Amino acid sequence: MQTTLAKKVTIMVGTFGFLVSVLLLALQPAWAADGGGFIILQSTTSTDNSGLLKAILPKFRDKSGIEVRVVAVGTGQAIKNSTNGDGDVLLVHAKASEEKFVAEGHGVARTDVMYNDFVIVGPDADPANLKGTADVIAALQKLAAAESLFASRGDNSGTHKAEMRLWKAAGIDVAKSSGAWYRATGSGMGATLNTSVGLGAYALTDRATWLSFKNKAGHKVLVEGNPRLFNQYGIILVNPEKHPGVKAKAGQAFIDWLTGADGQAAIAAFKVDGKQLFFPNAPKNN
Amino acid sequence: MPDLSSIFALAVGLVFSFDAELYAIIGLSLAVSLTAVFLGALFGIPLGAALASLSFPGRGALTAIINAFMGLPPVVVGLVVYLMLSRSGPLGVLGLLYTPTAMIIAQTLLVMPLIAALSRQTLVELNSEYDELFRSLRLTAWQRITALIWDGRYGLLTAALAGFGRAIAEVGAVMIVGGNIEHVTRVMTTTIALETSKGNLALALALGLVLITISILVNAALLSLNKTARRLAYA
Repeated sequence: MQTTLAKKVTIMVGTFGFLVSVLLLALQPAWAADGGGFIILQSTTSTDNSGLLKAILPKFRDKSGIEVRVVAVGTGQAIKNSTNGDGDVLLVHAKASEEKFVAEGHGVARTDVMYNDFVIVGPDADPANLKGTADVIAALQKLAAAESLFASRGDNSGTHKAEMRLWKAAGIDVAKSSGAWYRATGSGMGATLNTSVGLGAYALTDRATWLSFKNKAGHKVLVEGNPRLFNQYGIILVNPEKHPGVKAKAGQAFIDWLTGADGQAAIAAFKVDGKQLFFPNAPKNN
Repeated sequence: MPDLSSIFALAVGLVFSFDAELYAIIGLSLAVSLTAVFLGALFGIPLGAALASLSFPGRGALTAIINAFMGLPPVVVGLVVYLMLSRSGPLGVLGLLYTPTAMIIAQTLLVMPLIAALSRQTLVELNSEYDELFRSLRLTAWQRITALIWDGRYGLLTAALAGFGRAIAEVGAVMIVGGNIEHVTRVMTTTIALETSKGNLALALALGLVLITISILVNAALLSLNKTARRLAYA
């Protein structure tokens, strides 16, 4: 009796296993791609969600045959992942952190790639009366004095770091007001914008994410065009001496392309609703 | 705010657009989650049967732990698997991070305790019914477990389906270990999270509807398979 039982259970397990393997075989293309030439790019949500990478990466693949797989997270997490060696190239926007990353030996060298700018968005009603305030520091001081709701990334991302620099320059300790008018969402740019729209709160965002964001409701850009709102992106090859798994050659090929004439032209050509979102500024003769 | 009927229309439109990209995402979701459920059941069901029928030191503690692990937060499991598979982690040389395999590992760890705990629940009553018979037949531990699993197989399907529900719906673990890479590790739940963050709320909801429909279809398919098998068995 027992041997037949064991046989039956084996058949049961085998049948289920067979069905699963059929499914896996049907999906082989997805797995087969694992073995091809590819690099992992640790990057930020702004470059990915805006559609920039989707627009320019196929051009690089056509030229080099190298597929670039994008992991889009906040700058803080992207740097952390790369410190662990979980990426070949890093494309982020927090210059001080990037330089520290290279200085600590995790990255080979840092090169400027492109820039855009940050803007402060807020509800059309504009309770803190920020509209038309050219000086971003004055705008933040007004915002704090009015105790108007402000949604912060609060996730150590490049945008969050830029925001903290601005608050510091304005002489405002937002930690004291956290939970009151200052709301740290601890999430990505899109999620924070959704929150700010839901709360009727102000938020600091990069312009690319804002222009491609589809749930603006009544929110508008209120503060822009100040030199302090400059947002520089840099690219770094993760150090293969520290992490032998890093695909240095393919990674460097991508960096050379992106900072070279073709890549820079591709960045400039990318537009959403007729507006250019990123402005190439890699050093020449690279 | 998008209204429900337009979201429904969008969902239907998505399904019948036969968009290759969407179908690849759905296929990957199913492949990852069904494989994880298969592996989770392969280990979880015998573990549940052992907890239901054998007495050994530490059984009570193990049962409590398995029951508690039914509620493991996916993001914690994702983080643990990430640390294991990271290039600077102990299994980094395998190069599994940001691949579907990593997602299967994470989801297997998520569903295994759930399947084990529910299997134990199903089989513990069956075991008390059969206990005297088992004793009189002097069955070995392994024979007891296989006999219980075979006789409880229809009930165990529910445990496996609960595991599938947890796997197909979770986003925290696959986001961390898969990286939500387009054409490689992007599944239904991470697509929904991405579209939400882009502010495409209607599209995100429509994708959610598609996901729920797929879940219902998988459940219906397995339950009807179960019913057919039962009818054949008693015919």
